[in-house]
Amino acid sequence: MSLLRYDFVQNALVAGAIIAVVAGLVGRFVVARNLSFAVHGIAEVGFTGAAGAVLIGVEPVLGLMSGALLAALGIGTLGVRLRDRDVAIGSILAFGLGLGVLFLTLYTRYATEAFTILFGTITGVSRAEVFLLMGLGVVTLLALAVISRPLMFASVDPEVAEARGVPVRALSIAFLVILAIAVSEAVQVVGVLLVLTLLITPAASAQKLTARPALASLLSVLIAFGCTMGGILVSLVTPYPASFYVSALSFGSYLLARLIGPRLAASARRGADQAPATALRDGQPGLQVGQSPEKTSL
Amino acid sequence: MIASDAIRIEGSTLRLAGRPIWQDLTLSVPESEFLAVIGPNGAGKTSLLKVLLGLLPAGGVVEVLGLPPRRGNRRIGYVPQQKAIDPDLPVRGRDLVRMGVDGDRWRFGGSPEAGRRVDEMLAAVGAAAFADASIGRLSGGEQQRLRIAQALVGEPRLLLCDEPLLSLDLHHQREIVELIRSWQERSGGTVVFVTHDVNPVLSMTDRVLAVVGGRWAAGRPDEILTSATMSDLYGAPVDVVQVRGRVVVLADTGDPIGGHHELPIEPAHSHTAQSRP
Repeated sequence: MSLLRYDFVQNALVAGAIIAVVAGLVGRFVVARNLSFAVHGIAEVGFTGAAGAVLIGVEPVLGLMSGALLAALGIGTLGVRLRDRDVAIGSILAFGLGLGVLFLTLYTRYATEAFTILFGTITGVSRAEVFLLMGLGVVTLLALAVISRPLMFASVDPEVAEARGVPVRALSIAFLVILAIAVSEAVQVVGVLLVLTLLITPAASAQKLTARPALASLLSVLIAFGCTMGGILVSLVTPYPASFYVSALSFGSYLLARLIGPRLAASARRGADQAPATALRDGQPGLQVGQSPEKTSL
Repeated sequence: MIASDAIRIEGSTLRLAGRPIWQDLTLSVPESEFLAVIGPNGAGKTSLLKVLLGLLPAGGVVEVLGLPPRRGNRRIGYVPQQKAIDPDLPVRGRDLVRMGVDGDRWRFGGSPEAGRRVDEMLAAVGAAAFADASIGRLSGGEQQRLRIAQALVGEPRLLLCDEPLLSLDLHHQREIVELIRSWQERSGGTVVFVTHDVNPVLSMTDRVLAVVGGRWAAGRPDEILTSATMSDLYGAPVDVVQVRGRVVVLADTGDPIGGHHELPIEPAHSHTAQSRP
């Protein structure tokens, strides 16, 4: 553990921890809202933004974030209906990547820069970037905390949520903006092409293990955290990149969750079945079911 | 008179994408009555609920519980049409019902009071035994109980149900109907019940609104569920026969008219058989 003395290792671990918490929580809503493809689209347009930033001599992180935000707003505006959304994302993604290719061709000197953005280099994160990530992470989590209750209502039950006055459409765009920031953060660890490994897989694994929303969020964060920390640490003592280890651990956790999840669900169901399925309840007279005599119709 | 109407609609017209859903609709439903809304798929039954919920603007006068429709009216409970739910979605029955208490509130954290109300409501609809399983893994009947608990937990005065019996077997249909009937009896609330088959709720129906291809008819069940009214409405010979207390609507092909049959009716003229209040 003498590695921990090095600044770059400390930076990587702190940045990784922040990113894992953000990705784990944001991922819960990504999965609940079926936004996997949007994550991919936002990340790829983020790549174009970063390539454009390199071209004009600006910090790639800023370009990445601008691209991601633009993509998020584009998806939010064009993909109102679910049916339109995938098509909108595909079109935005394709055009975005086309631009990215152009930018790279115009500025060939930075091929390594492109590789970094595509596949991530957590060990290259500077102390300043750690603070930036931390600030963004706090903002993201605060925003998510404020909207999480109506956002979950709108994600799970959009018809009733809308009827109850939840601003479903505004929340959808607000979440895409939060998602764009989370994607930009996750890109720092695993790169554009692998963001799904932090933004989908931990949440997907967590929901195989529990039906409790709060516990699912906690497990999602823990899995994202474990994979990120594990991946970074292993990459430090081996010649291979952290992105690989993070994605391998993440996929492993998913397989494991799929394996043991059904057993957990089955045992929970067995417990429930021991209680009577339908019985008369007291306390609320008049609201009783199950034993009413058969009604004769007209 | 007006104060005692849960729903008052006068001269209302609704068009969606240029297509007339209904024209000059006039309907009033006194408080604590049960209105069954029938008609083929796509006739605008769901649109009526959306208008009452304030989600769709319609022409004419529309009043719900004495006021124009507005989104987020907590005095309305809404049971939307069933849809498939991801079995892995980590949302339990108690979470779904909880959303009916404070899902729309911009607040983080729990409240013991809300938890207690959810528990009471789960027990009242007989859903306590499966309240901790993922809703996506429950049967249609179990999901509908939870939906009704979610709609009723806010103690509404008006309950809007969109095909709540769809894809349920007879036994579960009866249980859901019984839940709604007992709520209505206890609370004196008003029910608007959209259905393509009126039979499961016929005994408790005070009023029927039939919507077919832009035309409509409203009145007591014995006024509307007749061969004459239904033939007028469909613009084709339709027989309404009673078989052991059940109403069967037959087109001249002999096929029963249900949710899966749609007669191609042009909204050529608007004939209406109105209720007399």
